[in-house]
Amino acid sequence: MMGIRNIAAALAMTLMAGGAALAADKPADLKVGITAFLSGPASIFGQPAKAAAEMIIKDMNANGGIGGVPVKAYYVDEGAGGEALLAEYRRLVQNVRADVMFASISSGNCNKIAPLAEDLKILNLMWDCGTQRILEEKKYRYVFRTQANAAPEMLATVLYLLKTKPDFKTIAVVNQDYAWGRDSWHIFHTALKAMKPDFKVVAEFFPKFGAPDFSTEISRLQALRPDVIFSTAWGGDLETFVKQASQRGLTRNSTFILPLAESSLQGFGKALGAGHVVGGRGDHYFLHPEKKNNPDFKKFVADFKAKTGAYPIYPVFHMSQALAALKTVYEKAIAANGGEWPSHEQVVDAMPGLTFAGLGRPVTIRSDGQGIEDQLLGTSVVVDGYDFPLMDNMMIFDSDVITTPVGKLSADWLKTLTPAFIDRVPVKTYSR
Amino acid sequence: MSLRTFLPAVLVALVAVLPMMAPTTQVLLTLALAKGLPVLGVIVLLHAGQVSFGHALFFGVSAYAAAFLARVYGGGELISMVAVGVLAAVAVGLVVGIFVVRYRHIFFGMLNLAFSMIFFSVLEKFYYLTGGSDGLPVPRPTVAGFDMERAGFETVLFYLTLALCLVAAWATHRFLCSPIGNMMRTIKTNELRLEYLGVSARGVLLVGYLISAVLCGIGGALMAVAQGVVTPEYVWWVRSGEFVFIAILGGSGSVSGAFVGALIYEAVRTYASAFANDIWKMVLGVVLLGVILYAPAGVAGLYAQVMDRCRTRPANKTVDEDQ
Amino acid sequence: MTLQLLALAIFDGVAYAALVFLVAVGLTLTFGVLKVLNIAHGSFYAMGAYITASIGGAIFAAGFSPWLAFPLMLIAGALVGIVVGGPVEKLLLSRIYELEDVLQILVTFAVFLILEDVQRLIWGGQPFFESSALQVLGTVDVFDITYTVYQLILLPMVAISVLVSLRLFLRRTLMGKLILAVTEDREAATSVGINAERVYFVTFVIGASLAAFGGALASATTSVLPGMGADMIVLSFAVVATAGLGRVEGAAVAALLIGLGRSFAVYLWPEIEVLVPYLIMLFVLLIRPEGLFGTTHPRKI
Repeated sequence: MMGIRNIAAALAMTLMAGGAALAADKPADLKVGITAFLSGPASIFGQPAKAAAEMIIKDMNANGGIGGVPVKAYYVDEGAGGEALLAEYRRLVQNVRADVMFASISSGNCNKIAPLAEDLKILNLMWDCGTQRILEEKKYRYVFRTQANAAPEMLATVLYLLKTKPDFKTIAVVNQDYAWGRDSWHIFHTALKAMKPDFKVVAEFFPKFGAPDFSTEISRLQALRPDVIFSTAWGGDLETFVKQASQRGLTRNSTFILPLAESSLQGFGKALGAGHVVGGRGDHYFLHPEKKNNPDFKKFVADFKAKTGAYPIYPVFHMSQALAALKTVYEKAIAANGGEWPSHEQVVDAMPGLTFAGLGRPVTIRSDGQGIEDQLLGTSVVVDGYDFPLMDNMMIFDSDVITTPVGKLSADWLKTLTPAFIDRVPVKTYSR
Repeated sequence: MSLRTFLPAVLVALVAVLPMMAPTTQVLLTLALAKGLPVLGVIVLLHAGQVSFGHALFFGVSAYAAAFLARVYGGGELISMVAVGVLAAVAVGLVVGIFVVRYRHIFFGMLNLAFSMIFFSVLEKFYYLTGGSDGLPVPRPTVAGFDMERAGFETVLFYLTLALCLVAAWATHRFLCSPIGNMMRTIKTNELRLEYLGVSARGVLLVGYLISAVLCGIGGALMAVAQGVVTPEYVWWVRSGEFVFIAILGGSGSVSGAFVGALIYEAVRTYASAFANDIWKMVLGVVLLGVILYAPAGVAGLYAQVMDRCRTRPANKTVDEDQ
Repeated sequence: MTLQLLALAIFDGVAYAALVFLVAVGLTLTFGVLKVLNIAHGSFYAMGAYITASIGGAIFAAGFSPWLAFPLMLIAGALVGIVVGGPVEKLLLSRIYELEDVLQILVTFAVFLILEDVQRLIWGGQPFFESSALQVLGTVDVFDITYTVYQLILLPMVAISVLVSLRLFLRRTLMGKLILAVTEDREAATSVGINAERVYFVTFVIGASLAAFGGALASATTSVLPGMGADMIVLSFAVVATAGLGRVEGAAVAALLIGLGRSFAVYLWPEIEVLVPYLIMLFVLLIRPEGLFGTTHPRKI
């Protein structure tokens, strides 16, 4: 370890000798603290994201790091609980002197960390959490989000549903009983009501988070026969729900709208079947229609599959975006500083307006710190050669139109939409 | 001052000055001390031989009360938040206490668990009011009217917590030595005898229960302010289990055990999750097993043992010299 | 509520109750004899599920008949009971029977914490889903609603046969009678020469096996993932306390009560579904502090 550090330091010295006179404060390494669920149910997101971070950072460092400085990552387990997370976050910022923090997966944890990061004056990239409230309700200087939030994600889902199945009459919801489940249904419902006044909600179920059994809900849904069933559940809950529903024929009678199903496709196996709406919280898909022939993308997907045994899912894409943002913002700040290593405040200043590209389409950070990330949805299809469903009839929605404007609250803005909005959103359609 | 009381005083002084030397320990110590208070509450009940697997209820009630107060008044005042938190904990403690003091042992533990789990589910269900699992933010309150930066506020909060813990430890100690405290112990050894004396065992236990609710209340409100957020996690049964765990770790026989236990627990947990983040639960489990099997009186018990030995040894020597 | 919905709610409730009973009965049996409330029971449940799902997944992928899932479940149950439960009793619990009940519960809590991480180290964080056992039995339509035979018929039948065989075992076999004797009065049983240590060991292994078997059966219907043990243990506690500690038949009634209460809640008022087990338990304990079928113990003077 010390060896690498010494080499890096020597490298920095050499660069300094030949380079600018004021580059003396160039650090031996760029320390990044990353919080992710490494234990608990949400580790299905955290573990692939960590694997991706390791791969991308290794690749970055092999190609000269960021401005000649290698990146060093420190991982924190969100699954260890609130106090441990906050204590560890502080330790990384104050003792280890991390340069940038990536936090976090859980919206609840983002709520805890955003004010702390602001007080500690540390650049914090919210690399995966979805709640739109944080940046809408308060202005932050140090907190940014390198992907979309729940509002455009749900709005894109409504648009896809209204473009592909405009005549449905009845809908039911089965969401996990926690903030995300409640929030996402609220946003979806508000947007849907604004653009399609004539539909009926026949059942609202919020089974508890981690529920092992949905049999009773499924019986009830079979009796009600809604046209579409909406669920933003994820992980084990989503797999259990879809598999139990498929065992009992519910997937044949109703169309499922599953905005997070991209992350569970490989787990569904034969259960989901064709004809259901699949989303991935952004333009995230291992067969991204605009990227799947790009050699870098292909290599990453193949390497990732070789390393972890699975295809990348959306948290991997989110991690790639956060790391791309890190690299791009330092390069931008270095350029703005006349080629010299920037101060922390200069890096923070470079964040608004930054455009960067991870594995998907480019993302831009707005003045309020929110990232503008396009949204991809598709319909599930069963294909030879894969033992799990893929996506067909994919649409990628441009996000500058569907992201809540700066200074507005999503809950209010979504109410102002009209049916005409459906055709105003630029969209590109791809088949498999 | 004997050695037996001298060392704890040194320890308190050490805790008080540690944040000046290592600033990052300040918040950790605040959290540990705030957690020590409900542990003290659990210890009060353990003196009556009863163990509650739901004391996180009062911890959480107080934390949420403080958060609601801050929200209603758009910001808050530290002192009133703690006061309101404690009041809420006492109110709920009275209602729950009247029911549960009729039960003993496992049933006492299970009923407490049931009440805390109901509150937990309500917090998750009434999402629009409580923020569901994301919880409620607790903005940094003013202190006696002064608006403070985070660093200054954290220092104030730390010393306030330390002071409250010392007061609570002293008061609890006095309570346990009082006649009613002795009656609590009789519930553990022989409750019927208490009844024969014409004393209502339920009444005695209720007093102890309310005192434990007050202790949880102080801890909960402080924790809410220190963390800046309250979540249903505050009430989850594993947290109640944690309190009992710390009580045993520190030593259920003594008041100081609560805080020593909490400090050790928080340190083990933080460093275990930082440096062995795959197996921190296992580390905790092994520590707990070790304490129960090899030092059932906890750290405080070990300390008393060592002190006894120090005292008896010179005593033996003088006997030898006499011969 | 129409008659059709009433019937559906009952079916769902019974299927759910069957699974809950299988787990709770082991807990209540262990408590009846050892007087230790075993928090690690939830870990045994999870391990039974993990073993069945992971081994099942591997052998079915290799082309073996899905019917093998049923013997596999029995093996997984016995395996966890003997290989995990056995050492826990022999090495840990046997040393703490003289301690206060708080310490006993905490020892099982420590075992629970350790086993949680053991599971994660062995099986990782990804959910397992292996439902071949459920699929080979097919589905059946009742009132236009499709049910799986596994949940509607097999699970209740297994629950009933476990109940009946436990009853027969306890009343008709020597070991069963010894267990009952120790349950009734530990001291008297030891004084007439019953080897209480052996009885404790056997009971604990049976209890752990039942939990693991319950987990094995559940694994066909649900995702097996970290944390599943913690949820089950709280529910089982509610069942056991409602029934009266140590009551085997009572556990069946309480499980049914909680299962039906839950499914009716989903039909009538979904929001209170998670509260139902606790509300039932509170209600029962407030009226009958010793539980539905519990007996009061005379207090010592």
